[in-house]
Amino acid sequence: MTSLPEPSAIKLGLVIDLDICVGCQACVVNCKEWNTSGYGAPLSDESAYGAQPSGSWLNRVHAFEAGVGEDAKTVHFPKSCLHCEDAPCVTACPTGASFKRAEDGIVLVNEDWCIGCGLCAWSCPYGAREMDPAEGVMKKCTLCVDRIYNENLPEEDRVPACVRTCPTNARHFGDFGDPNSDVSIMVAERGGYDLLPEQGTKPVNKYLPPRPRRKSNDESMSLLAMADAATPKGFWQWMDNTLEKLG
Amino acid sequence: MHPAWSIIFFTSISGLGLGLSGLIVLGLLDLSRFLHLFVASSAVFGLISAGLLSSTLHLGHPERAWRALSQWRSSWLSREGVLAVLVLASLGCWFAWNFFFGPPPLWCGILILVLIVATVYATSMIYGSLKTVACWHHPLTPVCYLMFSACGGSLAFLSMLALFGQPILGILKDITLALLIGAWTLKYAWWWALDNRGSASSLETATGLGTIGKVRSLMPPHTSENYLQKEMGFVVARRHAIKLRYISIFFGALLPIICVIFNGSSAVLLGMATIFHITGIFVERWLFFAEAKHVVTLYYGDEQLSIAS
Ligand code: SF4
Ligand code: SF4
Ligand code: SF4
Repeated sequence: MTSLPEPSAIKLGLVIDLDICVGCQACVVNCKEWNTSGYGAPLSDESAYGAQPSGSWLNRVHAFEAGVGEDAKTVHFPKSCLHCEDAPCVTACPTGASFKRAEDGIVLVNEDWCIGCGLCAWSCPYGAREMDPAEGVMKKCTLCVDRIYNENLPEEDRVPACVRTCPTNARHFGDFGDPNSDVSIMVAERGGYDLLPEQGTKPVNKYLPPRPRRKSNDESMSLLAMADAATPKGFWQWMDNTLEKLG
Repeated sequence: MHPAWSIIFFTSISGLGLGLSGLIVLGLLDLSRFLHLFVASSAVFGLISAGLLSSTLHLGHPERAWRALSQWRSSWLSREGVLAVLVLASLGCWFAWNFFFGPPPLWCGILILVLIVATVYATSMIYGSLKTVACWHHPLTPVCYLMFSACGGSLAFLSMLALFGQPILGILKDITLALLIGAWTLKYAWWWALDNRGSASSLETATGLGTIGKVRSLMPPHTSENYLQKEMGFVVARRHAIKLRYISIFFGALLPIICVIFNGSSAVLLGMATIFHITGIFVERWLFFAEAKHVVTLYYGDEQLSIAS
């Protein structure tokens, strides 16, 4: 059914911390690795090697520059499906292949039903869906549904592959339906926000803004000045004085 | 948006076929001779199904196309499919009735006409419902589709009347001319809206980094084009777009109007007018896609989604 379910009590999704992400692309690669052997058909490439590599990926990391002058920021910007509450990709789907799970809000594609019309990708403002070039079906982030509930994995691995692999902890997974969950608290404390709110999709995933640059104040000094200002004590004071006399 | 030939062909040709059948079912065409019945039904079914077939060529899995009939509650594409099937089936019955018992009652025709209008409307809403493509998400989008379908249908209908040697009432010609002028005036207004309406979305709202300052794309996430850029990154250069708009008006409006005014009773001239019109519609439909900018292109470095670049 591509009509949307009633909003679920559990809303699983990701928090992406733009303050920490260093743009290493580890989540991109691990997402590809996990999903090429997991849910649905392998995540194929048209051309994996060579000068013009291309293929389908479920998670991509952009880089932006914001502002000018000393307060300008370079921001690495990971983007995967935001598991929107009002997902236009789901209602547009003519076949029922796209759906939003009533129990936890994960948006998935049933690849056996998908006709590969691409209308869902046109409906998504975030560019979170890519057609599989070999299989002719639509691919998207599954929120690693085959990891997070997978009892064959050790408990610490029951999080999305991108979250598990991030070396800086810039991605967090959790339930936004619970106001006391880690992710909800993080969003409340850091002012987490929606992308393209005016598109009315009500994304579940949230982004944490980069922290403002720490301002230098007048009392700060250069390392050299700091070394000069330090008055040695004890043995070092004696040596300092002795050397002073010698010179 | 990438102008895919299969979709351009689908919307133009089935729009023409639906417009033509909408007029035929009103019963003004004399179908008492088998030859006439054969020509009219072949034209109608040929056009509508050629359009539908070409749209399935666009699919990754055409063999599953029947599944697209299932989600009419939420999806305009599904509604379009269901309505098109209903129209084809009811047209089949209508022509069969003609063959066996003579002209069906007018209310049958009117009922089919309503279905036809709904089908063209549903086709237009596949695009018109997409918030992500600001210029499509406009009330004039379905109006233009409906008007163009009516124009093409009337021209083809007049050609058929002339071909069957039936007298063509002056009022029919006047209606056709009025439809042509009205349709292209509305299309012009649509283009004006495309050029002048801004968008609420920008790279600042797309990244949420607007609080820091103006946002620029520093590095794309991949080194060569991906599906998103191929599918949604296509935008025709503006100077070409303007020329093509005039070419579409020249073929779609000017030439057919001249043909109808010059001799609105000659089957050859009216046939030519229909062909000119559909040529203009092909160009118009190509532009409909090629001029449309998808909001996702912002992430790939479009400074501002003011569609008038
Ligand atoms: S991010 Fe795109 S694909 Fe994911 S739920 Fe939202 S609209 Fe659908
Ligand atoms: S591509 Fe597949 S999932 Fe997307 S709208 Fe078409 S049928 Fe649905
Ligand atoms: S949750 Fe899983 S599928 Fe989604 S981006 Fe992360 S690794 Fe990829």
